Amino acid sequence: MVEGALWRRWVFFYIPLTAFIVALLFPFYWMIVTTVRPDSELYRPWNAPNYSPFWTTHPTLEHIKDLLSETLFSTWMLNTMIISIAATVISLFCGLLAGYALSRLKFPFAGSLGTAIFITYLVPQTLLFIPLADIIRNFRLGDTPWALILTYPTFLIPFCTWLMMGYFKSVPRELEECARIDGATRWKAMVYIIFPIAVPGILSAGIFAFTLSWNEFLYALVFLSSPEQKTVPVGVTSELIRGDVFYWGELMAGALLGSIPVAFVYSFFVEHYVASLTGSVKG
Amino acid sequence: MAEVHIQSLNKKFDEVHAVKDVNLGIRDKEFVVLVGPSGCGKTTTLRMVAGLESITSGRILIDDKVINDLPPMDRDIAMVFQNYALYPHMSVYDNMAFGLKMRKFSRPDIAKRVQDAAEILGIQQLLARKPRQLSGGQRQRVALGRAIVRHPQVFLFDEPLSNLDAKLRVQMRVELKKLHDRLGTTAIYVTHDQVEAMTLGDRVVVMKDGLVQQVGEPLELYNEPANLFVAGFLGSPAMNFATVRVSGSDGVLWVENEGLRVKPPGEAAGRLGHYIGREVTLGIRPEDLHVASAADSAHLGFDAVVEVVEKLGSEILLDVAVGPDTMVASVDPSVRVNVHDRLRLALNPERLHFFDTRSEAVI
Amino acid sequence: MTFTALATPSVYAGAPKRGPVTRLLEDERWLAMLLLLPTLALLGLFIAYPFIEGVRLSVTDAKVGVPGQFVGLQNFERIWNDDIFHVAVWNTCVYTAVATVFKLALGLWLALLLNHHFKGKAITRAFILLPFIIPTVLSTLAWKWMFDPTFSVINWMLFRLGLIHSRINWLGDPHLALISVIIVNVWRGVPFYAISLLAGLQTISPELHEAAAIDGARAWQRFRHVTWPLLLPVTLVIVLFSVIQTFADFQLVYVLTGGGPANATQLFATYAYQLGIGTGLLSQGATISLAVFPVLLVVVIVQLLYIRRVETH
Repeated sequence: MVEGALWRRWVFFYIPLTAFIVALLFPFYWMIVTTVRPDSELYRPWNAPNYSPFWTTHPTLEHIKDLLSETLFSTWMLNTMIISIAATVISLFCGLLAGYALSRLKFPFAGSLGTAIFITYLVPQTLLFIPLADIIRNFRLGDTPWALILTYPTFLIPFCTWLMMGYFKSVPRELEECARIDGATRWKAMVYIIFPIAVPGILSAGIFAFTLSWNEFLYALVFLSSPEQKTVPVGVTSELIRGDVFYWGELMAGALLGSIPVAFVYSFFVEHYVASLTGSVKG
Repeated sequence: MAEVHIQSLNKKFDEVHAVKDVNLGIRDKEFVVLVGPSGCGKTTTLRMVAGLESITSGRILIDDKVINDLPPMDRDIAMVFQNYALYPHMSVYDNMAFGLKMRKFSRPDIAKRVQDAAEILGIQQLLARKPRQLSGGQRQRVALGRAIVRHPQVFLFDEPLSNLDAKLRVQMRVELKKLHDRLGTTAIYVTHDQVEAMTLGDRVVVMKDGLVQQVGEPLELYNEPANLFVAGFLGSPAMNFATVRVSGSDGVLWVENEGLRVKPPGEAAGRLGHYIGREVTLGIRPEDLHVASAADSAHLGFDAVVEVVEKLGSEILLDVAVGPDTMVASVDPSVRVNVHDRLRLALNPERLHFFDTRSEAVI
Repeated sequence: MTFTALATPSVYAGAPKRGPVTRLLEDERWLAMLLLLPTLALLGLFIAYPFIEGVRLSVTDAKVGVPGQFVGLQNFERIWNDDIFHVAVWNTCVYTAVATVFKLALGLWLALLLNHHFKGKAITRAFILLPFIIPTVLSTLAWKWMFDPTFSVINWMLFRLGLIHSRINWLGDPHLALISVIIVNVWRGVPFYAISLLAGLQTISPELHEAAAIDGARAWQRFRHVTWPLLLPVTLVIVLFSVIQTFADFQLVYVLTGGGPANATQLFATYAYQLGIGTGLLSQGATISLAVFPVLLVVVIVQLLYIRRVETH
């Protein structure tokens, strides 16, 4: 409990905390309000009198309808979903195996490889996107979802590996040793004993990977060109602006709906998400 | 038939020479205990038998088959770990069945074996539970059950009782002994507890710093320790040691230091002949000291000052000062003594031990 | 229940026949290699290879569709003398430094606040992470709308509160644009810092604070002498990640200002994009991207060393 006199509690705790919460959540509130506001109310200049921007008395689903019917938004959602899930699956697969190898097996260069994988996590996409664009083009993967499904793991795998390593370290070695004495090969001990125990870790890593994939922008921007192939972040920012006009209603609707899958997944797995976040930092 | 032969076994971890030239022959159905302080190499030796550590040099044979290069799964052994190592995501039944499943036993076979083992250990009603729902003692039994169902050639135990509380430990010790009598499987047991070693082992192997100090039946090691370490390691309270000088004149041999002057009996005196004028270490167990009475020879006793009196009920332990040394004597509970009392202690001449001060070997 | 089965010794099974693959996989080294293969293949193909390609591109004069010829260090010379590049370097450094300081300070404050018990703590914690969860581009769009020169809701609020009389052109004013962008970056990053620092705070035993309090330390002193030193390792790791990400930031600026007005918010990444993809001057874009690398390397090494030193204390 927060100690001290009532006024202290308010000044030092409740007020700052509320301020933080409001500041952090206001843009989302604004997103929601804008989405359901009719155009007539949206475009009122900031210093117009008699104007309360924080709510609307005539909520409308017009923007959402327009978004879904007149743009390729649903296609973008589908694309992003497929790409994110595929990239997550690939990254989990690689991260699981690599994490096990690095944390449980002794082999030459184990330390260096672990460091190398860690370092690739620190290499930002902005360093590689130009030559990568060329390479993608040469492999004839340009403008296909494969361009992203294969490149997203580059920043997902290091994270998944690292997370799984931390997880495996908490599993006692005796379990595998016992399994091997019981008659399992190393492979079977890994698959039947260790992996099932690591499921919570796999879940955390998977959720984080999914979120990171959904969030990715630069590669999607550079590798995809036709509107039908685009992902939600790219589509919303590029296709919803006609000429120089920003259709804010639709834009905010797109931003809102585009955030829902991630928020949804997040809401179910908050604990896992926080665990992976803090796990990556503590590791 | 399952004999285990360890020949010239060595293990080096980078610079550390953990196991030095260990030779051991374990007979079929024998229960051998490897005992020693931590770092003595007993666990490493066990793990090499299991196949969990690679062998630097030497051979291990089961019957007449060299198993150096066999992976653990092919050695037909079972191991019970200190932390039980139960598979947390499986039920007790599945834990016990795992090894049999890996060996492709049929389901009815598995069921029968698991049931039989569960009955022996009294854990039939736990079969559906998960490890986290079990107490320490129950988990230990499941770990045992998992080892038993496999009907292995050799059982390996890695300090299985260390994680149990004192009372449970005593109970499980007895049960383990009964189990071994019943099953008759060759077993190698590692522990740092000398009580477990003495009570469980058909033969005991004392190790220190990677070397085997002595091998023999428990009482043999207790009564005839081969060196200072074994003498001091087995037995509680530990054997008393005192550095004494051997002096001899006119064919009569004495050993003495500031606190005592004792005439060793004939046989011991004979062996000490070479040491006249030199120092040796004298060893006498607490239970071989008693309060001197008129009947005791003056040559076989010494004066001491009582420093601490520990009344245990079945005996009284006296911490006494003998000159500059301290010794512990275990005396009859009827003895009436107080702190700071001076008294005379007599020793049992048959139970005197002497050790070379440099080599620490028994004389 | 009689139990006879175990009394009869079993026939020594001996080693069952094991296929060559099984025997291979029993060897730690071969198994490790197999397990690492997919990862190394993907990372090699899409990180190592592009990196080398990037270096190669930077020493050619390639453009889109035109494979270039070797031109030595010409590109590096060019950007060295490029005014916009200088601006971009300056902007990126200011952007990163200022944003990081604010993220750390505000994140720490929030973490300290969250470290108390109060009703609805779990829900609050969950909601607070939203800016970090929601795709950056989408929340940045919301900010763009909030900053809109004509319709800004922030201007509306400030006007209503009587704090301003004429509009603030958050994104269009060259003097303000960088600040606005920093604000959005800080907004986005504070939750990450807060939650990670909170986890670090929770590993500090409350007994240490109690002992310090008994010893007479006041709140600020307790923070300085107990909390902060113990939090340092975690903080350094967080800052390491954050600095690298912020230095290479692209999405935020691209959506908000595209690098303008008049390069006021031009960063390494946006300039590289503009040159390499926007105008198709691949080699020059690659050069700019590469220019980030040495800085990144220095930052990483310095912090890794510092972390190691703090940890061994």
